[in-house]
Amino acid sequence: MTAAVTVLEGGPHLTVQDLGRPGYLAFGLSRGGAVDRLALYEGAALLGQSAGLAAIEMAGRGGVFETGADLTIALTGPPMAARLDGAPLRWNASHLWPGGTRLAIGAAVAGGYGYLHVAGGIQTPEWLGSRSVHLAAGIGRSLDAGDSLPVRPGATPIGHGWRLDVAQRVDGGAIRVVPSLQTEDFTPAERDRFADTRFRRDMRGNRMGQRLLPDGTGFASDAGLSVLSEITVPGDIQIAGDGMPYVLLAECQTTGGYPRIGTILPADLPRVAQAGFSAELRFQFVDPDTALGIERAYRADLERLGAGRKRLVTRAEDVPDLLSYNLISGVTAGDPPEGAET
Amino acid sequence: MSPAGRKHGRPGWPVIRAVGIDGFLVSFDDRLSDAANRAALACRAALDAARLPGVEETSTSLASAYVRFDPTETEPDALRGALAAFVGGRDWYRAPLPAGRRLWRIPTVFGGDRGPQLGEAAALAGISEDAAVASIAGTRLRVETIGFAPGQPYLGHLPPCWDIPRQTDLTPRVPVGALTVAIRQLVLFTVSSPTGWRHIGQTAFRAFRPEAERPFVLSPGDEVIFEPVAGAEFQRLETSGADGGATSEDLP
Repeated sequence: MTAAVTVLEGGPHLTVQDLGRPGYLAFGLSRGGAVDRLALYEGAALLGQSAGLAAIEMAGRGGVFETGADLTIALTGPPMAARLDGAPLRWNASHLWPGGTRLAIGAAVAGGYGYLHVAGGIQTPEWLGSRSVHLAAGIGRSLDAGDSLPVRPGATPIGHGWRLDVAQRVDGGAIRVVPSLQTEDFTPAERDRFADTRFRRDMRGNRMGQRLLPDGTGFASDAGLSVLSEITVPGDIQIAGDGMPYVLLAECQTTGGYPRIGTILPADLPRVAQAGFSAELRFQFVDPDTALGIERAYRADLERLGAGRKRLVTRAEDVPDLLSYNLISGVTAGDPPEGAET
Repeated sequence: MSPAGRKHGRPGWPVIRAVGIDGFLVSFDDRLSDAANRAALACRAALDAARLPGVEETSTSLASAYVRFDPTETEPDALRGALAAFVGGRDWYRAPLPAGRRLWRIPTVFGGDRGPQLGEAAALAGISEDAAVASIAGTRLRVETIGFAPGQPYLGHLPPCWDIPRQTDLTPRVPVGALTVAIRQLVLFTVSSPTGWRHIGQTAFRAFRPEAERPFVLSPGDEVIFEPVAGAEFQRLETSGADGGATSEDLP
């Protein structure tokens, strides 16, 4: 049996994304996948399923969706205003989405990428082992009103009505970087100035990369613009011709000729891509051993996210929302789903 | 690194550097040369065959080979050591190009509406339009790398007169199959894109075919000859399929 999620309102800011398509750099194709990979893991933890399943990525704002079958969903990334037939839904939580009801997701309060996960994952066709739309490469396309996405109906083994306390990612803060191929082409003084500078996220950004605005002047290197085009990876901070940093994201080009002053650790990249426009970011160089420790701890944390899953209505501060959960998620109806963890 | 690895490169090369937390880059030069490109292609092919423990993916750019590894499974220092021993054990600048390469002949219409910047590019090269077409058609080019867009080849080297800069302003959009030139190289576009390279001709060849069994048609190391055709013949080729009249044969 199949079911579908239909897009009633939405546009080019909506794409289907999973963890991407590694292994094709030699053919000029970057991995792609969700801009905020952590959010995919969080959605998977809320639904008790694999992080490799596809979700709908919503850049800046959501849309209006409808389903004909009962589905279990999770909402992750920076909070967006979500309502189910008018009743507010808590973000970073899982819910029952009854067939025939409308799910309306508004703008991200702080900007950034939100995710709508469905139990079982969005079932659009795979290409080279992934369902990720890669806009820059022309693989697949963004969603339009009227599109129907195949899904598998039914609950997850852990049911709905869970929440997750997630790592903040809209408030900026210290972003850890390792040196990149051209870091040495920047003078020590310029590197120090880079580390002392505060940055904000520019309005200009997409799935390929995010421009940042320093609180001072731009940056220059001895390499100038004569760097031989070389491999680029997500997290690279390239200094464009105007001296402004541009952070490469999921759909970055596979090679680039701009000098790069550093590479952001994967653990900290979501806090750059998802930073609120007024949040302050600063960069902190770490040595390779420190970076390795951070990465290993981060990956271990990703695998353990499910352990932090909590029931939606167990804390006093949740009580004001109780009415909506009673109506729509059934958590308080005394019927915890089979296999539910506590 | 043992001296063997740098015997025929410039002094100080090759070098191995970290790329982020999960990659290493073996660079054979910091400027493009035929020898450095050959070294990168040969080294990457040998790395693929050697299957060094922990390596998950390899690729090349113009003068370097890249390896990506899983840093949770692999000690970076150990892999770096293994890589240094591997690279130092051979003179890559003298290594033969990898096996399995192909020679492509791709029909191309030069100049006119289909190559509006041929005259400008020829003038920068200091030759006539006819001489420019003869020069390009008479050069057997190598796919030096694939990058920027999926399946998109950078082909070189053209004769020295073609060492012309990219244009300062971008051309807003060239079509799929556009043949463009700068810095002794040609790029054959696989997606419609803005570019600083000059658009001198058009092919009906699609080097990226997401719908096909083999989506990436060209491989680094393949060779290409762009064969001039007249506009009328080109119109026929445009509707002949994704090859656009191109033919290929295995290289020995």
